[in-house]
Amino acid sequence: MTMIFGVPLAVFMGQLLLGLINGAFYALLSLGLAVIFGLLKIVNFAHGAMYMLGAFATLLGMRYLGINFWAALVLAPLFVGLLGMLVERFLLRRIGHLDHLYGLLLTFGLALIFEGTLVNFFGVSGARYPTPEALQGGFQTGFMFLPKYRAFVLVAAIAVCLVTWYIIERTRLGAYLRAGTENPALMQAFGVNVPLLVTLTYGFGVALAAFAGVLAAPLYPVSPTMGSNLLIVVFAVVVIGGMGSILGAVLTGLGMGLIEGLTKVYYPEAANTVIFLVMILVLMLRPAGLFGKEA
Amino acid sequence: MATTQTQTLTPSMKRERRANQRRYAFYLALIVIGLVAPFFAYPVFLMKVLCFALFACAFNLLLGYAGLLSFGHAAFLATGGYVTGYLLSSYPAITPELGILVGTGAAVLLGLAFGALAIRRQGIYFAMVTLALAQMVFFFFVQAPFTGGEDGLHGVPRGHLFGFISLRNNLAMYYFVFVIFLIGFAIVQRAVHSPYGQVLKAIRENEPRAVSLGYNVDAYKLLAFVLSAGLAGLAGSTKTVVFQLASLTDAHWHMSGEVILMTLLGGVGTLFGPVVGAGLVVSLQHMLAQSPLGTWVGPILGVIFVICVLSFRSGIVGEAMKMYRKNFK
Amino acid sequence: MTFIKKTLASSIAIAATAAMATTAQAEISDGEIRIGYLADMSGVYRDLAGPGGLEALRMAVEDFGGSVNGAPIQVFSADDRNSADVGANTVREWIDTRNVDMVAGLVASSVTIAVTRVLEENDSFGIVSASAASSITNEHCTPNHIHWVYDTYPLANGTAQAVVQQGGETWFMLTADYAFGHALEGDVTRVVEENGGEIIGRVRHPFPTDDFSSYILQAQGSGAQIIGLANAGADTVNAINTASQFGVVEAGQQLAGLLVFLNDVHAMGLEATQGLLLTTGWYWDMDDEAREWSERYYERVGRMPTMVQAGIYSSTYHYLQAVEATGSDDPQTVREYMMSQPIHDFFARNGQLREDGRMVHDMYLARVKSPEESEGEWDLYEILTTIPAAEAYRPLSESQCKLVQN
Repeated sequence: MTMIFGVPLAVFMGQLLLGLINGAFYALLSLGLAVIFGLLKIVNFAHGAMYMLGAFATLLGMRYLGINFWAALVLAPLFVGLLGMLVERFLLRRIGHLDHLYGLLLTFGLALIFEGTLVNFFGVSGARYPTPEALQGGFQTGFMFLPKYRAFVLVAAIAVCLVTWYIIERTRLGAYLRAGTENPALMQAFGVNVPLLVTLTYGFGVALAAFAGVLAAPLYPVSPTMGSNLLIVVFAVVVIGGMGSILGAVLTGLGMGLIEGLTKVYYPEAANTVIFLVMILVLMLRPAGLFGKEA
Repeated sequence: MATTQTQTLTPSMKRERRANQRRYAFYLALIVIGLVAPFFAYPVFLMKVLCFALFACAFNLLLGYAGLLSFGHAAFLATGGYVTGYLLSSYPAITPELGILVGTGAAVLLGLAFGALAIRRQGIYFAMVTLALAQMVFFFFVQAPFTGGEDGLHGVPRGHLFGFISLRNNLAMYYFVFVIFLIGFAIVQRAVHSPYGQVLKAIRENEPRAVSLGYNVDAYKLLAFVLSAGLAGLAGSTKTVVFQLASLTDAHWHMSGEVILMTLLGGVGTLFGPVVGAGLVVSLQHMLAQSPLGTWVGPILGVIFVICVLSFRSGIVGEAMKMYRKNFK
Repeated sequence: MTFIKKTLASSIAIAATAAMATTAQAEISDGEIRIGYLADMSGVYRDLAGPGGLEALRMAVEDFGGSVNGAPIQVFSADDRNSADVGANTVREWIDTRNVDMVAGLVASSVTIAVTRVLEENDSFGIVSASAASSITNEHCTPNHIHWVYDTYPLANGTAQAVVQQGGETWFMLTADYAFGHALEGDVTRVVEENGGEIIGRVRHPFPTDDFSSYILQAQGSGAQIIGLANAGADTVNAINTASQFGVVEAGQQLAGLLVFLNDVHAMGLEATQGLLLTTGWYWDMDDEAREWSERYYERVGRMPTMVQAGIYSSTYHYLQAVEATGSDDPQTVREYMMSQPIHDFFARNGQLREDGRMVHDMYLARVKSPEESEGEWDLYEILTTIPAAEAYRPLSESQCKLVQN
């Protein structure tokens, strides 16, 4: 058997692929954070909670409304996006003129509320969401058994990332968005409804998180705390990539997934910390992050 | 110079003098309250309040006076606690005050390392960097053999202060903690009211301007960070001696969030705000934990957080001072 | 104030004792039995003990008639939030200000160990029902607490031995990388090797871990017959879920969960857990007595009880019986009486409280049913064999407990 640094090729390739799939989640989440940060300049601490709400909407939708996975893939982000728009319109907007740190604190408070409330109703054991029927089973690739669903996650996440990138970089709406990021006052003067744009952006950003949540529902137990620990890793990813660019967020997310996957092969005990180590390295060498502009 | 000492005081100096007298009277009153408090309330609860008050004061030094929001202060609290706990339980010869000193020293060193990395970024990035660094420390404590991992470090002996005063008695322990708190608070007070504190505030208000005035901004910030880390470590070390244990709860990022809440609720950038905030949050948790609302602690703290940010940003002490200024000056 | 009250109360008590001579009632401190229930009411272990455990405790008090020898029973509770400081602090306060007689519940091992130290220092009493660590009655034993429902020793013993005897000789261990996981892994390794099996590989994963795919992949690659899960709670749930996605069972490997609770299986569903072998201290549907109690519980709580919740009822009831019989709430008196009585009720069979504080009783090897076999939401286990009390737990001869003379 071919060995790579003492590890069978099959295991090595398998881990890389799995790392990439995890990276897809990081990418989706850090992409949402980057989109929100671009226009609102706040770090959305409720992002993990929104991811969790996406998963819960999927689960509860199936349980009580009979909504299947494919519908949830659209409906759950829509629902969470609307919720996010309400949050932006009635809470975040009121502190828009203040230091952006207040935005971070406000969303942190919101995260506590969402998580804590759901814990009271659903406990923390975590509920299971069945893998959609069309995606059960898996492929016997040359080196591993790849569940169909995981392959789907990878493809779906990358597709959504690319579509987001396309919207922002290539469409008129995206142009408004980018211009609003640069100079909101001027945009307002040109007759663009900037507050509405901000609301929509926040809604879209958290909808991306919710989409990741829907994808996660069949993979991980759906529990109120599923988002909070993931979020901190994503923060590190965002620091590594810098929040400057959309593509940067996606690439860093996928890259960090790969690095984490490799760590699991060679030194699993450090799997939780490796991303933070990379972050320290990046901070020392390139404080603005890999894709960030010097502030 | 000689004239000012001998001549009669100008009105402004008189005013200042009166203000100082009032301040000292106020401090004295608080100290007296602190001295008699254990006869009216449960001493262990009071010690908890004091430890968290010191922790919040340390945090406030950074946020309130240097304008840096650290989301990773739990790391220092835990480092102080674990180091002190480990020393006291493994080496019976070490007295509690020495253990606390070493624990604080460890937090200072960690603060130096964190600070050197984190002050390279500002604002939101600073918050995220400190959060991520603290998360790494958390994982370190989970795996390091001396912390007992998930189980924590238990049965840390309170020992004998200076080798002869037994701290097993809650009252003796309380007064020891009270003195530590006063020392910590005095350090913060001095730092804030010194020329150093003025420069910090200047940096907070307008960093480029401070740079152009020739201040080594990074050095000032780093010193504030290290000072804050050290005091947080002091709080953690003391807490370990009081409760005779150190656990991962102190290292978790929820703890970093809690200290922000305490400071925010009491009043960012006010000397007494963090003390009031810590007192309130600890009391609230304490009351809720033993009531049917026990499971709602998280959401309730969240709601307080949101209310503070939306419409109560000066905090209790800040608002009180505003009212005082409006009505009595 | 509290101090004054306390001294006042105790001096009155002393005066009363002197005046009335020693009646049984006078020996119950403050004329009241005070039980404090300390558990995780909102975190990861909420469903294991939590509010349901409190309800079980209340049932025991009600069934006992609400008072012992005329002394009313008072129950209060607190959420330890899985934090050792909160737990130790709460109990310290209960002792200092409320003069609590017995602390029940006690979930996370870290909280329990911290609390038992406080109990010992203040000569109070605690009954541990939900913690897993066998060290609680081994190196951490005190004269002031007992351990009722289960611990890691019989879990490893029961499950691993049964699995090896059924032909599962090669094992791959998936271990949570902290003290509890290492200990469990050690226990399992010993049992597997003693029975002629072999550990051919292991991986230690961080705690907690959301994504087990890569570890499962390594376990698959090892070719072991059995994948042993030396972890708990959410980690075990995650590992089992992931294994089911990667078709581990279909490919011929079998999982052995070493610490799996009824609420975990219920949460994961039978699709993912079917066939899992596990050791349990009790199962609601195991016989008529158990069923009868569980149905009463179900009517009040709306969920079937876990072994921990049943154990809280059982241990509280026995405690109250001991107080009644001895007329005292003194920890050592009560404990000695409890040790002198065989323990047999809907929960414990062939139960006996040992000098190290361990209540040994029959344990059961169970298999999780398949969805087709299950007849209802809570019809989850099939009990395969009974592990006799004498064999299940760590023998006293191996004990490091300071209360045991070896």
